[in-house]
Amino acid sequence: MSIEARIAADQPDSFAFTRENVAEAKRIITKYPKGRQASAVMPLLDLAQRQHDNWIPMKAIEMIAAKLDMAEIRVLEVATFYTMFNLKPVGKYFLQACTTTPCWLRGSDNMMRCIKDRYGISSGETSDCGRFTLLEVECLGACVNAPILQVNDDFYEDLDYAGTGALLDSLEADAPLPFGSITGRSGSEADGGSTTLQELKPAE
Amino acid sequence: MPKLTVNGIEVEVEDGATVLHACEEAGVEIPRFCYHDRLSIAGNCRMCLVDMERAPKPVASCAMPAGDGMVVRTDTDRVTKAREGVMEFLLINHPLDCPICDQGGECDLQDQAMGYGFDSSRYEENKRAVEDKHMGPLISTTMTRCIHCTRCVRFATEVAGVPELGAIGRGESMEITTYLEKSLASELSANVIDLCPVGALTSKPYAFTARPWELNKTESIDVMDAVGSNIRVDARGAQALRVLPRLHEDINEEWISDKTRYAIDGLRRQRLDKPYIRGRDGNLAPASWDDALGMVATRLKKAKPAAMAAITGDQCDVESMFALKRLFDKLGSGNVDCRQDGAAVGGVRAGYLFNSTIAGIDDADALLIIGSNPRIEAAVLNARIRRNWLATRLPVGVVGPQMDLTYDAENLGEDPAILASIMSGKAKFAGKLKKAKRPMIIIGMGALARSDGAAILGMAHQIADTYGVVAGDWNGFNVLHTAAARVGGLDLGLTPGRGGLDVAGMYKAAEGGKLDVVWLHAADEIDAERLKNAFVIYQGHHGDRGAHVADVILPGAAYTEKDGIYVNTEGRVQYAGRATFPPGEAREDWTIIRALAGRMGINLGFDSLGELREELYETVPHFADQDAIRPARWAKFGGRGKINSASVTTALDGFYMTCAVSRASETMGQCLMAMQADRAQADSAQDAAE
Repeated sequence: MSIEARIAADQPDSFAFTRENVAEAKRIITKYPKGRQASAVMPLLDLAQRQHDNWIPMKAIEMIAAKLDMAEIRVLEVATFYTMFNLKPVGKYFLQACTTTPCWLRGSDNMMRCIKDRYGISSGETSDCGRFTLLEVECLGACVNAPILQVNDDFYEDLDYAGTGALLDSLEADAPLPFGSITGRSGSEADGGSTTLQELKPAE
Repeated sequence: MPKLTVNGIEVEVEDGATVLHACEEAGVEIPRFCYHDRLSIAGNCRMCLVDMERAPKPVASCAMPAGDGMVVRTDTDRVTKAREGVMEFLLINHPLDCPICDQGGECDLQDQAMGYGFDSSRYEENKRAVEDKHMGPLISTTMTRCIHCTRCVRFATEVAGVPELGAIGRGESMEITTYLEKSLASELSANVIDLCPVGALTSKPYAFTARPWELNKTESIDVMDAVGSNIRVDARGAQALRVLPRLHEDINEEWISDKTRYAIDGLRRQRLDKPYIRGRDGNLAPASWDDALGMVATRLKKAKPAAMAAITGDQCDVESMFALKRLFDKLGSGNVDCRQDGAAVGGVRAGYLFNSTIAGIDDADALLIIGSNPRIEAAVLNARIRRNWLATRLPVGVVGPQMDLTYDAENLGEDPAILASIMSGKAKFAGKLKKAKRPMIIIGMGALARSDGAAILGMAHQIADTYGVVAGDWNGFNVLHTAAARVGGLDLGLTPGRGGLDVAGMYKAAEGGKLDVVWLHAADEIDAERLKNAFVIYQGHHGDRGAHVADVILPGAAYTEKDGIYVNTEGRVQYAGRATFPPGEAREDWTIIRALAGRMGINLGFDSLGELREELYETVPHFADQDAIRPARWAKFGGRGKINSASVTTALDGFYMTCAVSRASETMGQCLMAMQADRAQADSAQDAAE
């Protein structure tokens, strides 16, 4: 995939941080020692992405490069390396589905199928309504409650076909379910409630 | 200094060396793709795995610092198996298109696959394919072949100083590209072709031209700038096909500039391959050597010594300049000059050499550049300055126009008056010079090739004296020439004798009708029109500026077509070999002068190149010291006159087309156009942003 294929064809002519984000960027940069300001590249890319409808235009990459005194290609390298940076517009609900082994063993295929059945989208595609974008990602690090679907910043866990459907219903209604396990298990305790140390009471 | 055992052999290596160095020290060859001596360590190809005692897994020797008491083995089954595994993974996505790949025959992957590769593949999925990238007119890409060693990325970032190459994406979708696919804006860009261990980056002008085993390889010296880069000219039959760098630690290391590498296609165009005589109709017509030499002999015989003159060009070999000088000595004329640009150099040797030597740049701790843009005048030398700057943040001050040197440099303005204020200590940069233990001055032709050049040289001498630029065994006073032949010419004394005319004097005399005959020895960087009142003899290899005004053309040899001595800006004497013969009836230059002398009944004292060189060594002994520099004694030089207020400029206004060869080169023309197009695009983008 060349750069052209990775980035949005329709790019804005300019990009600038909002006033609050300028201050935030400054705060982030000062966290790093002098001469090491390039370390701020990821938080700044994230900041730009949050400001710009969940995707980063090339102008933002160039702006960040200039701000951190980095070569543009260095910033682009970082932005293309991590899947959490979007270089193309995504839907309002950006679905990152984990399909790595534990999630896959626990039925991530069903989760994917549910999304495909509803919107006809596979990884990297956006639904016709434009509100949902699906991306298959590697381990999200919550295997204990697999399978996991990350919706924007929130993790939804223990998803089966029906549970995924319920979650998507709630998103369509713009009233998302509370994040966490869809089956209602607390934290990462065993499926069906805790089985050991039941006599132990939480500390006051 | 850590001591280790490699395959039972005990070796001791420098502090900071790696296990790979230790293995090499022990005489064990380690296969590698990403590791390169002159680049930072990446450790990503994994080909250099070795076994180490107490290490659970094989370790990448290129990235493992050598420690005391390490016991390393490279001959175990595990090492062989690990390397075979790495090779198998590399070949998974590598197309097996060696028969149509230009790298074939000189490919690291091909060679190492012979040692560690399987005879067949176990991989049954689809191979990945990668789109080719545009990298300008010099570099041809076949990115499917790329094994992601990132040598090119590191070279562009570290050595060339143009961080435009990068690896985007990750894992299987990782790709090497430039930002938005611009051409690489570097004078050293084509070195990535040599660095590429596979055929991903190959030479575009040389594409599908020849296989390495078909070529005759000749060791030679580059004449595109005054650095004297060591090169190898590869020729097949009568044609020089490509130029590659040759290792010389004290000059070019293993890099060469794009002009050095690619201007040779200019050797095939606009060549003077037979003698010409300007007829009565004013047109040049082909003639025989006999007629041409006869005509020149008659003209020279008729002219008075004061009314004849010779100018030697920027790429002449020492032998032919020596022969010409001797001819003019015998004719009794002192009107000879090797300084086409009228630079105020000559005389005291320390006053025209790069005294610190090029390797000495590594030791400098402050640098003042006056009237020079080393990036385009001596690209390889500039990479050395950059390396020092990267390592030590070398403070650099520039007197001259604003320019991007690939390192931070403080621009002190174009007004030469700043020199006086540096001298008096008023200028801010003076403090940095004062603090430095090994300060260095580089003065270029932009400052010396002007009417007050002698005064500027004198001022630079004073600055050098004031700030301890010359102290003890350190001589940081450096003249950076742009002409490969200049130091050789000055060493020969090719400057006007007593009462003789310099180039400016020759112009004036020619315009006043006082000059009858001018001999242009491959001199094309002059205002030839001003000489046209005189009878102009042009001896050279290209139909360039000098040939246009010539009345007689004596076709000579270009630098790849003769055995010759060149002296670089440091004063280093280097011998170049002949790769091909001159085209058509063209002859090696010294033989032309010798033939003419014979015609005129003048005995020059030599009949062969060997005899000529013996005479030469007798006259200027240090020419016999091949690859040696005779240090110059620090003495008084330069003038004391008034420095006028004209801005200090640089000698060259571009990189690609600066001499008769590069002006005739199609590749250099394409580079120039690509650069202009990229600039225009950048400018319009900037305008749009404003």
